[in-house]
Amino acid sequence: MVGYLLKRIGLMLLTLFIVISLTFFLMKLIPGSPFSAAAKLNETQRAIMAAKYGLDQPVPVQYLKYMTNVLQGDLGVSFQFSNTPVTELIAKRIGPSATLGLQAMIFGTIFGIILGVIAALRQNTWMDYGSTLVAVLGKSIPSFVFAAMLQYFIAVRLGWFPVAFWRGYEYSILPTIALAIFPISIAARFMRTEMIEVLSSDYIVLARAKGASSFEVAFKHALRNALIPVVTVLGPLAVSLITGSLVVERVFAIPGLGEQFVTSINVLDYPVIMGTTILFAALFIFVVLIVDILYSIIDPRIRLSGGEN
Amino acid sequence: MVNPIKRIPKEMFEPKRVDESLAEKIEKPSLSFWQDAWLRVKKNKAAIVSVVVLTLLIIMALIGPYLSGHTVQQNVEHANLPPRIAAVADVSWLPFDGTLKNRDGAILTPYEDRQITESYWFGTDSLGRDLFTRLWLGVRISLFIAFLATAIDMVIGVSYGAISGYFGGRVDNIMQRIIEILSGIPNLVIVILLILILEPGILAITLALALTGWVTMARVVRGQVLKLKNQEFALASKTLGATDYRIIFKHLMPNMVGVIIVNMMFTIPSAIFFEAFLSFIGLGLKPPNASLGTLIEDGFRVMLLYPYMLIIPSIVISLLMVTFNLLGDGLRDALDPKMRD
Repeated sequence: MVGYLLKRIGLMLLTLFIVISLTFFLMKLIPGSPFSAAAKLNETQRAIMAAKYGLDQPVPVQYLKYMTNVLQGDLGVSFQFSNTPVTELIAKRIGPSATLGLQAMIFGTIFGIILGVIAALRQNTWMDYGSTLVAVLGKSIPSFVFAAMLQYFIAVRLGWFPVAFWRGYEYSILPTIALAIFPISIAARFMRTEMIEVLSSDYIVLARAKGASSFEVAFKHALRNALIPVVTVLGPLAVSLITGSLVVERVFAIPGLGEQFVTSINVLDYPVIMGTTILFAALFIFVVLIVDILYSIIDPRIRLSGGEN
Repeated sequence: MVNPIKRIPKEMFEPKRVDESLAEKIEKPSLSFWQDAWLRVKKNKAAIVSVVVLTLLIIMALIGPYLSGHTVQQNVEHANLPPRIAAVADVSWLPFDGTLKNRDGAILTPYEDRQITESYWFGTDSLGRDLFTRLWLGVRISLFIAFLATAIDMVIGVSYGAISGYFGGRVDNIMQRIIEILSGIPNLVIVILLILILEPGILAITLALALTGWVTMARVVRGQVLKLKNQEFALASKTLGATDYRIIFKHLMPNMVGVIIVNMMFTIPSAIFFEAFLSFIGLGLKPPNASLGTLIEDGFRVMLLYPYMLIIPSIVISLLMVTFNLLGDGLRDALDPKMRD
């Protein structure tokens, strides 16, 4: 276990290192410069700007400097927001994104699990078909299409919720639903399959035979075992939330990380793009590791080995 | 509780004659892999409906742009016209009557106001381009990108997985470590960086999608190869002196076709999604090219005034995604040998 963990953490750090290096060098390959938009600058001024941000030095030197800074938790300063440190920008923006992500994750998995359980308990009834329909639609319809539709029909046409911005709790409801639809559908599908399988196992028959109510059988006996495999999909789900947040935040004009990332791409603000990328990658790698560990804790039958089987 | 026992005549206990020659008789005609799969797909109504809808969408992507009689030429006088189809203009629940509802609820009639006699089935955009034509051109480009990316994916993924699984040992070890690290990097990051470098365009998007998508395929194929390579038919072929190349492509590959196809069926919608996603965050095709993603993006900008510009392409992309996913599910159930009953 300890050996496996060390190996995984080593691999995690290596991946992170590769991501940071890759991001750095790819970023240097991008045509155009952050100052090209400022057409009024002449050559000298441009050179001064480049020198100020260290862009006049050879790439390896810049790379070394960047790596040292990253190790010290310094992600550089933004080009677009007059020298604000990237870490500060991220810190300012992470609140709404984290709120949305957590809400969507919690609401999505719980609601999805409930849907899946209902579908499994009432197989081949309208409830089952309804839940399957939700699952198929949620898995298929792109998050931004869904978000835009929610915004148009529920916020604009019906006026039930605010259309956009981030000024209070009610502003987070529609974006949360838009983000949660994917976790809902995946959790529901997974839960249904697992639940059906567990419900036909011997120990459930025994529980029924000894006279447990069907409610008790479903929630006390079956659900626990059926939940285990669902944990495996939590990792990919968390990642999908990151992707989703880029567009959903754009649709609802929420001042979060995703929205900032998209703007930074459009104006080639390298330090912000790199900082956010590193953050996303670190989050992704970390979540996958946590899910793996969680999996082995919940289900002792699974031993963490090399991951080969 | 005494059961009345019926009298059973003695003859009923005589052993029945068994005709030995009939024991080996095959009752049903034998089915090939594909016939078998088709039988099972046929039972899946969702998959069949999906095939029909998909075929229609693909046909429309091919001929749709020539049907409406309008081109994508700019015509500013005809800008922002709502959808109007003369045949169903009087059907009140269909939004094809050529009117627009203002935000205050007032009804606008731009066709009458501007005295335009011809109808635009799906309306026009802010430059007066026919959206029906543009939509199907967009579907065509989206599908083209998705199919091309999936094909490249398949070639890289299958070769990588087959080599890694077949040769095993150190080769496998190294190749698997590479995959492990690659899958640790979020796809999104690679795709966005690649597009930034390559300048948005059909090829850049395809390449970015292909480069990130092959890992799943490689994993699946490797697993299959590991399972198949030690089976008798592969060993027999090896003892007969077949080359590794021949064994992989002639003997192992046909056994993996089902898995590969199923995997591709799920890669296509994810490629469609990613293309639209990139367009939506401003990394998509450059105008005047249009894909489903750029159409949705354009529509989103004017959602409040001209909702039809957003809703129509949204419906089409959702249809594409749903049908590809349903078809993929159906094929997976049909082609997966574990599901055979």
